[in-house]
Amino acid sequence: MKFGDISELAVRNLREAILRNSLTTLGVAVGVASLVAMLSLGVGLQQFASKKLSSTGLFNAVFVASRSEMGDFDRSRRNAAQNAAQPAAPLDEAARQEIARLQNVTEVYPEIRFMTEIRYANNPYPTMVAGVPESARADGAFDGMQGTFFSGPAADEAILQIEFAKELSNDPSSLIGKNLVLRYAERQALANSSARNSSSKGSASSASGGFSVVPHEQQLKIVGIVTTEPGGGFGGFGRSRVFIPLQVAQTLSATEVNDLRSVLNGSSANRDYASLTVRVKSPKQVEAVETTIKSMGFATFSLLDTTRNLRLFFTVFDLLLGIFGSLALAVATLGIVNTLVMAILERRREIGVFKALGADDRDVKQLFFAEAGVMGLIGGVFGVFLGWLIGRALTFGTNVYLARQSLPSVDISAVPVWLAFGAIAFAVIVSLIAGLYPAARAARLNPVEALRYE
Amino acid sequence: MTGETNGTAIRVESVSRHYQMGSAVIPAINGVTLSILTGEFVALLGSSGSGKSTLLNLLAGLDRPTSGAIVVQNRNLAEMDTYELARYRSQIVGMVFQAFNLLPRMTLEENVELPLRLAEVDRAERSSRVREALGHVRLDKRLAHRPSELSGGEQQRAALARALVNRPSILLADEPTGNLDSATGEEIMLLLKQFNEALRMTIVMVTHERPLAERFAHRIVTLADGKLISERGANGGAKQ
Ligand SMILES: Nc1ncnc2c1ncn2[C@@H]1O[C@H](COP(=O)(O)OP(=O)(O)OP(=O)(O)O)[C@@H](O)[C@H]1O
Ligand SMILES: [Mg+2]
Repeated sequence: MKFGDISELAVRNLREAILRNSLTTLGVAVGVASLVAMLSLGVGLQQFASKKLSSTGLFNAVFVASRSEMGDFDRSRRNAAQNAAQPAAPLDEAARQEIARLQNVTEVYPEIRFMTEIRYANNPYPTMVAGVPESARADGAFDGMQGTFFSGPAADEAILQIEFAKELSNDPSSLIGKNLVLRYAERQALANSSARNSSSKGSASSASGGFSVVPHEQQLKIVGIVTTEPGGGFGGFGRSRVFIPLQVAQTLSATEVNDLRSVLNGSSANRDYASLTVRVKSPKQVEAVETTIKSMGFATFSLLDTTRNLRLFFTVFDLLLGIFGSLALAVATLGIVNTLVMAILERRREIGVFKALGADDRDVKQLFFAEAGVMGLIGGVFGVFLGWLIGRALTFGTNVYLARQSLPSVDISAVPVWLAFGAIAFAVIVSLIAGLYPAARAARLNPVEALRYE
Repeated sequence: MTGETNGTAIRVESVSRHYQMGSAVIPAINGVTLSILTGEFVALLGSSGSGKSTLLNLLAGLDRPTSGAIVVQNRNLAEMDTYELARYRSQIVGMVFQAFNLLPRMTLEENVELPLRLAEVDRAERSSRVREALGHVRLDKRLAHRPSELSGGEQQRAALARALVNRPSILLADEPTGNLDSATGEEIMLLLKQFNEALRMTIVMVTHERPLAERFAHRIVTLADGKLISERGANGGAKQ
C-alpha cells in the first residue's frame, strides 16, 4: 500500500475509536508535556544563569598574576616542569603593555585595591577601595545600581557598596551627590619623591625598602550606590566597599597590599602590579590568550573551567530532568501498546478481510505502525504546546513570587525550536517502538482464522 | 464450454490439508485432484464440515496445503511466499464471503475502493473504477452509505462489487447466498452468471443450495469428508 493510503486509513481508524484513541493520545501528550516542561526549565535556567554570568564580564577575562607571588593562584600545577623552565617574570608596566599588544586583547588593567580610611561627616570608616576600569560601564557589572556610573574615567567620584553606605547614613540614597574624603598612604619612591608631594599633608613615615609611605587625602563625590557586589566578588573588586575610577586610583599611587610583599621579596626597585585583568574579545579566545600569557611566565586564571563545569552541570541536570520527563512518556507508550493490542482483537475480522483482498503482512504492519505514529505525532505536538504552557505557568508563578519580594522578573523556562521538534520526533519514535509489537502481531494474524466466524 | 478451446485456470493436484488438533489429525481436505477451466463456473457442494471452505481458502492462497500442488495460471501457490500470495490475491483473485464482510466503519465507496488501495492503483483511476463496479451491481447511487444502511442483498452485491473492482480473472465465493432469502440469492446468482459470461471470469462458488447450483453452474463438484466424490455437469452451462 502507498504511504498516503496507509496514513489515510490510519487516521480513519483512529477516528473510529475516537474516545479511546484520544485518551491514549492525551497520555502521550501529557508524557511529552512533562518532558518538555522539565527540559524547558533546564534550558531556561541555563540561559538565565549564563546570561547572569556573562553580564559580569568574567567569561571574556583572563586574570594574570606574577608567578612568584601566586603559587596558589596558578591552577596549572600539572605543568610544573614546564613552568620551572621559565623564570617568573615581573608583572610591571612593560609586561602590561606587552600583554595589551597580544591579539584579541581589548584591555589590560591592573587590579588596584588598597586599605583606606574614609572620612564622612567627620567620622572615620576604615575600608577597602578598588579601582574600576571604564569597561565596567558597559559590561553590566554595575547594572541595577542607584545613581549613575562615573561621569568620566578620571572623575573624582566614588560608588559605594550598599552595606558601607548604610554605615555612613541611615538613608543611603541621600548620600548621592555628597562628598567624602579618602585618606590613604601614598607610596613614593625615595629617589624621586616629588610627584604629589605638594598635596601631601602629613610627614613621610618610615620606609624599609625603596619607597616611603606618605599619608594623603582626596575628596570624592558620591555618584552611586550598588546593591550587589560587582563581579560577584571576582575580578579584582572583591570585598571592596568603595569603588573609584581606575585612573584615579592609579594616580593616587596608594600603597597596596603587594607592595609590602615585593619589599619582602627584595624586588622593590620597580613597582609591580598585584594582578592584571586582561579583557579578551570573546570567551572563545580566552584559552589561546591565556596560554600565551602563561608562556610569558605569568600565572593566569580564567573562568573557562568554571563555564565548562557549568555546562557539564547543566548537561547532567538536563539529562536527569529528561529522564524524569521521559518516565511519563514511557507510561504513555504502554497506553499505546494496550490500545493497539485491543484494536487488533477488535479488528481481527477486518485484518482478515484486508488480507483476503490482497493486503500483505507489510501492509497490515504498516497500518498499525502508522496508527501508533499518528498518535505519537498528535500527542507530541499537543504535548509540546502543553509543556510550553506549563513552563509559562511556572515562570508566571515564579515572577508573581519575585514581584512580591520586589525582585526583578526572570524567564526560567524556554522552549527552543530544537526542543519542540526534538520532543515531537521523540514522541513519534517512542510511539513507533510501542507500535512494533502490536503491528507484528496484527501482521501475523492468520486470515483464515480471522475470517472464520462472526 | 461453448466448444472454444479453454486453458486450465486452476489445477488442484492431490491436495491435502490436515489440521492438527492435539494428537488427532483432521483431514479437512484429503487428496483432492481437480481441474477448472478458464471461464468455467464451478459450484462446490457438500455437507457441513466436508471441507468446502478449506478448499476455497487453499485456492485463494489464504491457506497452504499440507501436501500436493495448486497451480493457478501455471504458477504453484505452494511455492509462493506470503508476499507473492498477497499479490496473487490482489491481482488475480476476487473473494466474496457468506457473511459479506464489508467493513462496517467504511462507506460503500471506501469498501469497494479498498482492493484498489491495496493494489496501489492510482488515485485518479480509482473513483471511476469504484463507480463502474458499483454500477454493475446497481448500487452506484449508494456510494456514501455505510453497510449497516443496506439490506442483506445490497450488502452482498456491494461485496461482489468489491471482489470485482480490481478485475480479477478468478472469483472465489464462499456461500454468497447463504444469508439471503431465495429471491435475493437468485439475484446474486444472476449477477455472477452475468460476470462469468460477459467477462469470461472463472468462478468457484461454495453453496449449500443444490437447486441454485444446478441452475447456474457449469459443473457441480461434491465433497464429502475432505474427498471429492462426484464431478458432473449441470444445467447452467454447456459443459460436455
Ligand atoms: N483451523 C482449524 N482447525 C481444526 N480443524 C479445522 C480448522 N478449520 C477447519 N477445520 C475442520 O476441517 C473440516 C472442514 O471444515 P470447512 O470449514 O472446510 O467445512 P465446510 O465444508 O466449509 O463446512 P460449512 O458448510 O459448515 O461451512 C471441519 O471438520 C472443521 O472442523
Ligand atoms: Mg464453510
